Amino acid sequence: MAGVAVSAPPPYPPPREGEGGRRRAFPPNWRARLAFAALALYALYAAQALDFTWSRFVQGFDQGGRFLARMFPPNTASDKLQLLVDGMMESLQIAVLATAVGIALSLPLGVAAARNLAPAPLAWSARALIVLFRSFHPVIVAILFVKAVGFGALAGVLALIVASLGFLSKLLAEALEEISMRQLEAVRATGAPFLSVLVLGVLPQVLPRHIGFCAYQLDSNLRNSALVGLVGGGGIGATLFTAFQRFDYDFVLTIVLAIIAVVMLGEMLSVWTRRLFQ
Amino acid sequence: MSVQPSPDAGSRGRKWQRFTPRERILRSAFYLVVVIALVWSLRTIEVIPEFLYDAPAQTVDLFARMWPIDWSWYPKVVHDALIETLHTATLGTMLAVAMASVVALLVARNITRSVLLNNIGRFILVATRSIHTMVWALFFVAVFGPGALAGTLAIAMHSIGFTGKFLSEAIEEAQSGPIEALTAAGASRTAVLLKGFWPQVKPAFLSIAVFRWDINVRESAVLGLVGAGGIGMALDTALSNLYWDQAGLVLLVIFGVVIAAEIVTSWLRARMI
Repeated sequence: MAGVAVSAPPPYPPPREGEGGRRRAFPPNWRARLAFAALALYALYAAQALDFTWSRFVQGFDQGGRFLARMFPPNTASDKLQLLVDGMMESLQIAVLATAVGIALSLPLGVAAARNLAPAPLAWSARALIVLFRSFHPVIVAILFVKAVGFGALAGVLALIVASLGFLSKLLAEALEEISMRQLEAVRATGAPFLSVLVLGVLPQVLPRHIGFCAYQLDSNLRNSALVGLVGGGGIGATLFTAFQRFDYDFVLTIVLAIIAVVMLGEMLSVWTRRLFQ
Repeated sequence: MSVQPSPDAGSRGRKWQRFTPRERILRSAFYLVVVIALVWSLRTIEVIPEFLYDAPAQTVDLFARMWPIDWSWYPKVVHDALIETLHTATLGTMLAVAMASVVALLVARNITRSVLLNNIGRFILVATRSIHTMVWALFFVAVFGPGALAGTLAIAMHSIGFTGKFLSEAIEEAQSGPIEALTAAGASRTAVLLKGFWPQVKPAFLSIAVFRWDINVRESAVLGLVGAGGIGMALDTALSNLYWDQAGLVLLVIFGVVIAAEIVTSWLRARMI
């Protein structure tokens, strides 16, 4: 792989005298090779620091074989399927509600964070809020909400609202900062109040893009709703975690397959929605 | 968008409509589905009202317990866990990029000319991406035991899908001119890859790797909650002991690292790409 780091420099070096005018088509790029060697060294160091040993891998493969054997065939007993459906429904509800509230709240927050629409102090404080929302993983936010509102779906919904709000407001603010101000001025020139300027001058310019982002967020909330359950936020994640802790590995496989199916369906739905509005 | 002249034509009576009837029906159906989904979710979601009544009190309690933050815990546990998290994210990203490169070559239609192999590669990308890092971590913890090994592999596996997808797109966008020139000069397949494709793909490759690393730093911070090593492990310990002042410290450290990672990525991106 060492050669991979060599890039072709278009201006060839001049022919060197001592070599009878012969030049090398691809002279070695020492900086790239050095960088590559440094990365390889780091990988070795990190692997050693994290205590990766060959014996652990070998043991793991043994263990992995047994583990896979216990997973097949997936458990489709009717009581398990009922649990699966209940968990999945709750996950769907979490995703739908979190996306809806997230979209509703992201509109004012996004406008407040757009530097061409909001006064500077408001824009900066809104941006700080967005950074705060975005920097914590939904799982961590879910832990805090589980403490605040107790175990169950509500904690999951609230955690995913925070995640959606961070993502959607950031993208909305970026889209808003790229709009053409002419249409806005035209609406403003008629004496329209601020809200009308927003609805008639700004919204039509960003709506198709924002709907695309919202569809993506629904998709992403669907994935993450399987996650918040791991820490007590309800939904299919809770079902999955329980199955893991009870060593019901065949049921684990059923749940994982179901999650993959739903996530793929969600992805298709989100692509379809985006096409509908663009 | 279409123009639908009314039957009693004449340029005056012309009726302009923004959407075709099909578009209008589909959109109305979409809105209807949204409303139904919302109403259904609101009516059936399980909320325990008793928990809600004391939510404000609990929230105040949460922050009251976090303050003052237990700084003395940082050198004891959190520092090592933090370093472990950074190693996990970096090594996981490197592994993912290495594996994703192979899959991306398989998926790119201008390199692998077999539809079957393309589709196998594409399936690998979708399958690895659909299973969340935390779920991968649960698996690897069951296989390799708790620790950073499981976390690194989880990060690597989940990142294959994302990295491979963008890489294969970058490869497919490569211009065929240099490649044809090399092939015409009799270059070997390796030479075509290294001198034809690599220089064209390199900027995309680096930016994808750096972008994924940024995401992976966030992800690896929570992997410890399922036993896969790193700072999440410290958070888990603090939470199970109900030491909220230590949990507060871990949250602050995570916040700091995420911000730092974002600064590093934007600096790298500005320098390299």
